[in-house]
Amino acid sequence: MRPEWKDFVSGKWETEIDVRDFIQKNYTPYFGDDTFLAGPTKATTMLWEQVLELSKQEREAGGVLDMDTKIPSTITSHKAGYLNKDLEKIVGFQTDKPFKRSLQPYGGINMAKAALTTNGYEIDPEIEAFFTTHRKTHNAGVFDVYTPEMRKCRSNHIITGLPDAYGRGRIIGDYRRVALYGVDLLIQDKEEQKATIPTVMTPDVIRDREELAEQIKALKELKQLAVIYGLDISKPASNVQEAIQALYFGYLAAVKEQNGAAMSLGRTSTFIDCYAERDLKNGTFTEVEIQEFIDHFIMKLRLVKFARTPEYNALFAGDPTWVTESIGGLGMDGRPLVTKSSFRYLHTLHNLGTAPEPNITVLWSTQLPDNFKKFCAKVSIETSSVQYENDDLMRVSHGDDYAIACCVSSMRVGKEMQFFGARANLAKCLLYAINGGVDEITGVQVGPKFRPVEGDYLDYEDVFEKYMEMMEWLADVYVNTLNVIHYMHDKYCYERLQMALHDKEVKRYFATGIAGLSVVADSLSAIKYAKVKVIRSDVEITKKVKDPQTAKVEKKVIGIAKNVVTDYEIEGDFPKYGNNDDRVDEIAVEVVKRFMNMIRSHTTYRNGIPTTSILTITSNVTYGNNTGSTPDGRVQGEAFAPGANPMHGRDSHGALASLASVAKLPFQDAEDGISNTFSIIPGALGKDDKIFTNHLDLNHDTL
Amino acid sequence: MNGYIHSIETFGTVDGPGIRYVVFFQGCPMRCLYCHNPDTWTLHTGEQKSAEEILADYERYRPFLSGGGLTATGGEPLMQIDFLTELFEKAKKRQIHTCLDTSGIAYQENNPEVIQKFDRLTAVTDLVMLDIKHINPEEHLKLCKQPNTPILAFARYLDRKNIPLWVRHVVVPTITDNAASLRQLGLFLGELRNLKALDVLPYHTMGVVKYENLGIEYPLKGIQALTKEQAQKANHIVLAAIHEKREQLKAEGKL
Repeated sequence: MRPEWKDFVSGKWETEIDVRDFIQKNYTPYFGDDTFLAGPTKATTMLWEQVLELSKQEREAGGVLDMDTKIPSTITSHKAGYLNKDLEKIVGFQTDKPFKRSLQPYGGINMAKAALTTNGYEIDPEIEAFFTTHRKTHNAGVFDVYTPEMRKCRSNHIITGLPDAYGRGRIIGDYRRVALYGVDLLIQDKEEQKATIPTVMTPDVIRDREELAEQIKALKELKQLAVIYGLDISKPASNVQEAIQALYFGYLAAVKEQNGAAMSLGRTSTFIDCYAERDLKNGTFTEVEIQEFIDHFIMKLRLVKFARTPEYNALFAGDPTWVTESIGGLGMDGRPLVTKSSFRYLHTLHNLGTAPEPNITVLWSTQLPDNFKKFCAKVSIETSSVQYENDDLMRVSHGDDYAIACCVSSMRVGKEMQFFGARANLAKCLLYAINGGVDEITGVQVGPKFRPVEGDYLDYEDVFEKYMEMMEWLADVYVNTLNVIHYMHDKYCYERLQMALHDKEVKRYFATGIAGLSVVADSLSAIKYAKVKVIRSDVEITKKVKDPQTAKVEKKVIGIAKNVVTDYEIEGDFPKYGNNDDRVDEIAVEVVKRFMNMIRSHTTYRNGIPTTSILTITSNVTYGNNTGSTPDGRVQGEAFAPGANPMHGRDSHGALASLASVAKLPFQDAEDGISNTFSIIPGALGKDDKIFTNHLDLNHDTL
Repeated sequence: MNGYIHSIETFGTVDGPGIRYVVFFQGCPMRCLYCHNPDTWTLHTGEQKSAEEILADYERYRPFLSGGGLTATGGEPLMQIDFLTELFEKAKKRQIHTCLDTSGIAYQENNPEVIQKFDRLTAVTDLVMLDIKHINPEEHLKLCKQPNTPILAFARYLDRKNIPLWVRHVVVPTITDNAASLRQLGLFLGELRNLKALDVLPYHTMGVVKYENLGIEYPLKGIQALTKEQAQKANHIVLAAIHEKREQLKAEGKL
């Protein structure tokens, strides 16, 4: 056994890359409470105060403190950066100093440039010229190939949020491998993989060989990144500090290379705990020191920043990075994967204060230890910063070493990845069905010119049939658009380091998504159970025209779309999604099933396994903005409900009924996740101990 | 028999122990100035539901309600006492914890027919949450347009029956937030051996919008919501008085 692995239990993890096997053989489940936890050290507090000061300066500067305008970010592009070198136990920033955002042009030079100019910076003209003339980007590739129909779908917002101008993200490298094996062993493994690839040069083989070559180069650069910080990660980590540092370098290299929409971390706490337990036993480190390493690590994760445009941030309501870390869950053998370090990770919310990132996600099982459940509840109540996901549901399809990318996308770490696919606006699709493919806002014929509805009242059978036909069209153009995007992303913006931390044979999910489900369910319910009258009007079709003399851009009317249904009148009441009423909930289930089956019937890039999600967390506002009035009574521009939520104010039977409606949606048809954004005022969760006195029983009177 | 039901809340966490399935009944003879459910005053409106219908719906949420149960509130559930009794009897057959949230106003001490109905109801009631609006009879009349005699009599009746009791008391600035009334309330409660909990509810203004929607003038316009600190203070006064009374009764050998 290698000296760095001394005292660990042997297993097949020693002879092949298998982090799960290492964890299963070496972790110590923890059933105790939170009393062992240590507070912040002086160094932690000083560093965090420095961060708060810089954050304040960043806010005052309008959201961005500093940006790189010249050096395209690579794993080794920048020299070392520190907050305070003497105090930091875990080191590394994306650029040469904290709060300086890196320049990432490979996803698209236009987006990189816009991110700079909208924040008051100028891109280096040579860089702009280079990435326009000499080096093609992902974005340029996509737009070379898009059909006019795809462009129309995009500009009319029936397919939205497509990762065609920025990094797709949603790939989790198994950063634990860097710590457990050291980079040299990982390179050796990749070399062996490359050597076993057939040499009959079909396009697939050529791509595989090129990708492996890129992965090996990225790993070599990863080693170099550590050297820049005066460290060596070529060998396995020999203690918990080295393990955290190596793992973090792996992650840092990924965010230096990719400005992905979600750059999630994985499932690291129980892995790290194997080292922490060994060091505690051997007296290498104390609890205070171990907590300090974890605090400093989490601090670094909080400081991951990307250069983005204000529009991008508006879409996501903030400046999110989705550094999701999954904690807890159950092992296949029934032991909880909860360790002391699961507590330590959550405890950073106390030691450093609350923060939205990293997005700490508890994989909840009814079988988790009671003390851990209580601690989670306590941290949630105090910080409102913990996300929960259903481990009992996901463990069935993903085993016990999966993690969450972004907010709900589950994948086995290092074995599965995802092609992120944004969403199709199913509410707008319903309006296209009613209007024969004409957009209700722009008047443009976007979808196929099917027969629109006739008459003044909507008939359920008629609308549903037309809707399914329109949905077939949408699924087709949607999948094909995504095929273009992922082909080009692999070609021009390949995630070489993240994929280097995957197995050779990777299961690829081809993710799609749905927006506006509750609007659709309620609209169809209104048509079925109430009477919905249509109101038609003429819609002006406009085009932006630049005046050649004044250079002013003006909207010019270039046509009129006649008799477009733009509004609805509802007579009578109808069942609304969110009240555990099967009459409407079954419509929602049916729509999800049908859409997923339509997606499944198409050929996907790299044989990706189609999945869908119902999970807009914040962008539902933007989708609503771009969608006309709907038959459920929602007016043009009104926000959709987030994810699979019932529409705001329509659930009138309380939380359980609302949750029960959402819970009917079939996970097997929405395997990329179903989200329900649930807010509740604290007072609605129970009584305030200070004004409710419940021990007045004479036998137990404690007055 | 059908009941007139205003609405159902499937996730009630403030109307009795645990997570509860809360049934809001139509109908209430009280006209408390601060009422935040004026939409439940009239009796023969809302949706008509049978006890079976309600309990069948309850079953759909049973796993979540394990530490809780069924709460009847309103409105004033006692306005439909026959239906309420049927509902609770059938609930008890299904091993469901039953809780009645009431003002007690329908109680009639000297009417044997009414007492008989109450006897039947309390036989299947696990907990009563009694809302005592004001301990002072004149002030009560002003506040609720009804006397408080039947309400206090109901509290004593429940004591005799040994039905576990939670008392709720809304503290409204300028109306019930004076120390003397709060103490008087505590002294009354101190005599009740079935008292298990005291819930001091700070007056809030969340009902105002309902009045606007119903086109009724809001009687407490301008009165501010009670702060948490004021509520805590009121809570302490009532608790101290309960304790005082209990000590006194103990000394007299009555407790």
